[in-house]
Amino acid sequence: MLPTTLTPAAVSRVKAILFCIALIPLLRLFVFGFLDMLGANPIEFVIRSFGTWALTFLLITLTVTPLRKFTGANWLVQLRRMFGLYAFFYALMHMLSYVWLDQWFDWAEIGKNIAKHPFIIAGFSSFVLLIPLAATSTNAMMKHMKRNWQKLHYLVYPIAMLGVLHYFWLVKKDITQPVIYAVILTILLGIRVVWRLQQNAAK
Amino acid sequence: MLILPKSDIAPSDITPQEVYQERRQFLGMAGGLALAAALGGLSTSAAANTRQKFSGVISSKFGADEKPTPYKDVTGYNNFYEFGTSKSDPADFSETLRPRPWTVSIEGEVKKPKRIAIEDLYKLAPLEERIYRMRCVEGWSMVIPWVGFPLADLIKWAEPTGNAKYVEFFTLNDQQQMPGQRSNVLDWPYNEGLRMDEAMNPLTLMAVGLYGEQMPNQNGAPIRLVTPWKYGFKGIKSIVRIKFTEQMPVSSWMKANIHEYGFYSNVNPDVDHPRWSQATERRIGTGFFQKRQKTLMFNGYAEQVAQMYSGMDLRKNF
Repeated sequence: MLPTTLTPAAVSRVKAILFCIALIPLLRLFVFGFLDMLGANPIEFVIRSFGTWALTFLLITLTVTPLRKFTGANWLVQLRRMFGLYAFFYALMHMLSYVWLDQWFDWAEIGKNIAKHPFIIAGFSSFVLLIPLAATSTNAMMKHMKRNWQKLHYLVYPIAMLGVLHYFWLVKKDITQPVIYAVILTILLGIRVVWRLQQNAAK
Repeated sequence: MLILPKSDIAPSDITPQEVYQERRQFLGMAGGLALAAALGGLSTSAAANTRQKFSGVISSKFGADEKPTPYKDVTGYNNFYEFGTSKSDPADFSETLRPRPWTVSIEGEVKKPKRIAIEDLYKLAPLEERIYRMRCVEGWSMVIPWVGFPLADLIKWAEPTGNAKYVEFFTLNDQQQMPGQRSNVLDWPYNEGLRMDEAMNPLTLMAVGLYGEQMPNQNGAPIRLVTPWKYGFKGIKSIVRIKFTEQMPVSSWMKANIHEYGFYSNVNPDVDHPRWSQATERRIGTGFFQKRQKTLMFNGYAEQVAQMYSGMDLRKNF
């Protein structure tokens, strides 16, 4: 079980270890690239890999608070920003690999794709909404924005929903993978709805 | 002298054909493995999957100037949901398919229903090599050197009646050989259809192999359809049944989503799939830094096929 308290030094060590682990998906792509293991459609492999890791880190970020409340391990909240930024990092790599490797900066075509295709609209808006969250992730911004910071960061819920929707609409027929993400997200959001209802009942 | 009554039971009646053929295959494999072990250095998979070369294949004029996609990509990146929905599943899991013995039944609007064995299909018309572009509806493409014969030759042999307006094809329906059919991701068996003039078009190929060899299981052994001006999913694999009909067939993908997959499914850069653009395509096997290329109307085969659709609204008849 998780220890409920951890010294600041121990938290830093946990953070450092998790920071390195979170880089593995990126390193894996480089290694695969050098060993010619990215398959017949390497660009699709890279784009999809970044995309699924962005979603995964988004879900991990959303798991922090429920896990903290269920276990009483309050130090967990100190990991949340790092996971959130990794979600942004992988989403950015996902976007960049699409814009660069897939479309070669053909902005007219990219614009058309964003305007016309629901799955790209969902993914693109999810990414755009992540930008202000990443930009306001510093301690200074938290202090400066006060209550508004929390309000702004509620955006993570629609961001996650749009991200999963993006995956759903992309898949042609076998929806197993997106369903897994959708179920986990539903549970994570469901927990919060229940909390909110309990809070309101207690008032 | 002892005269034994002549038995009217043939050995083949006692042992089902699949069983003894499997036994022979096993003995052959075992022999091959022993030989491979004796020689050393030979991989066991190479010994198990004997790649049979066709002899006397005529080279044809179609697309000979295109550079074929590497063999490992053509046989390693496939959509064949009968073995799983991931692109590598067909290569990984299709060894359960037994492409021999194989018969194709001909039925529907024909003078007389018939059955034909794969060996006889090889002899129906001279086998030719045709290097065709293959454009998948998902936005990628390949160039594949098929071995096959025109569907038109099979149709002439099948003798359809005057009522035959369409040809419908069916893939094998067998969960033992095609484990992916245990999941209901599509309405099995996979079926596809062509209008009679499309089926008779000289480009339309019944493919029995690629790269000069018998068709690998993951590419639709032992016989499949190839219509290079249509999206790849029209090229139905591992065909066991061909039915001539008066009504337009409803294909598996049409049943799956009628708004996204139409009967014709001709390659058309101007008509987007509702979810993604069809204007460009990624050519498989061209490397990491190769740009997407423009998709051509009818996948570049307009000269051969456009006249079949003159006067039709290709936005409606997508």
